[in-house]
Amino acid sequence: MKRKHRRLMVVLTSLGLLGAAAVLVLTAVEDSLVFFYTPSDLAERPTPPENLFRLGGLVEEGSVRKDGATTYFNVTDLQKTIPASYTGVLPDLFRPGQGVVAEGTLNPDGSFTATEVLAKHDETYMPKEVADALRESGQWRDGSVTQ
Amino acid sequence: MFHRFANPARFSRIAARVLPWSGAATIALFIIGIYYALFASPPDFQQGETVRIMYVHVPSAWISMACYSFIAVMSAVALIWKHPLADIAARSAAPLGAGFTLIVLITGSLWGKPTWGTWWVWDARLTSVLVLFFLYLGHIALTNAFDNPQRGARAAAVLALVGFVNIPIIKFSVDWWNTLHQPASVTRLDAPAIDPAILTPLLLMALAFTFYFVTMLLVRMRADLNAMRARALRLSAAE
Repeated sequence: MKRKHRRLMVVLTSLGLLGAAAVLVLTAVEDSLVFFYTPSDLAERPTPPENLFRLGGLVEEGSVRKDGATTYFNVTDLQKTIPASYTGVLPDLFRPGQGVVAEGTLNPDGSFTATEVLAKHDETYMPKEVADALRESGQWRDGSVTQ
Repeated sequence: MFHRFANPARFSRIAARVLPWSGAATIALFIIGIYYALFASPPDFQQGETVRIMYVHVPSAWISMACYSFIAVMSAVALIWKHPLADIAARSAAPLGAGFTLIVLITGSLWGKPTWGTWWVWDARLTSVLVLFFLYLGHIALTNAFDNPQRGARAAAVLALVGFVNIPIIKFSVDWWNTLHQPASVTRLDAPAIDPAILTPLLLMALAFTFYFVTMLLVRMRADLNAMRARALRLSAAE
């Protein structure tokens, strides 16, 4: 009985210490664990030009403009907005209101040049008819569920 | 109660009685689940037909994490109370979990290309699931790395318990950090963000996967027990 209890204590204590260590490590390296920065993050921590990083947010409604193979659009988190451009083929899900993650660099004028654009999918799934019905009744529109 | 089921002979008898039923349930649930997943459910409003990958991807992900948690609990029981069945349960579950994790990674990659535009990114969710796969491989390797099976079981049990920190990291990675992977749709505090027409095949497939896992686990544990008994008989016959 005695040895069983000792083993139980050893296992519980080591698991507790291990969990605490994991929390400390993850908190310490939080900056490198995030996959992208939002426009608000950028305003808080200025990034020098030429620094390659990922910018994430929503494609602002009405901001998408095509010029040949180059697409201009605004990335917004509904607080701050950054104008961005990308030359190449965009993912199928790219459209106004959709979440995107773009990899690229900031230009000196504060705009963003993307070298790669990924569409960020949200966690809602529904048939097309339901989406249309919701849209028609005005209860929901593209992008409003992405935040 | 614990001791009653920890008796290997009794466990084998109960497993033999449960197996035909759980096997039949697995087949029936897969037939209904696949029918719903491929034919009786609508395409998604954004992703179209691609959403059907979810009916394999998400249940595999659930099972891969549940299986690891099961191995961790069994490892703790084996280390603390020295139940002979707990080691066998952990050893039998590990290759199943590794298989499900591989399915998650492959189907996730196939799903990522059409929806996100990439096969793979190093975001927190994808990376932590890859770590889970390596933990499974490490567990299998460690179990078989020693001449004395008991030492192997002990080492693997310690690895399983240490690796358990990864499970909450996988689950909450999408909430704690910005990731490309979207947050949870079903297991959230408010209502699921999935329409019933899409949720039904998902839950049916999850049930089918669960029954498949339990059935396979029982088969593997019984086979392991029989192999041990055969070894013991051979040893006593040789003397």
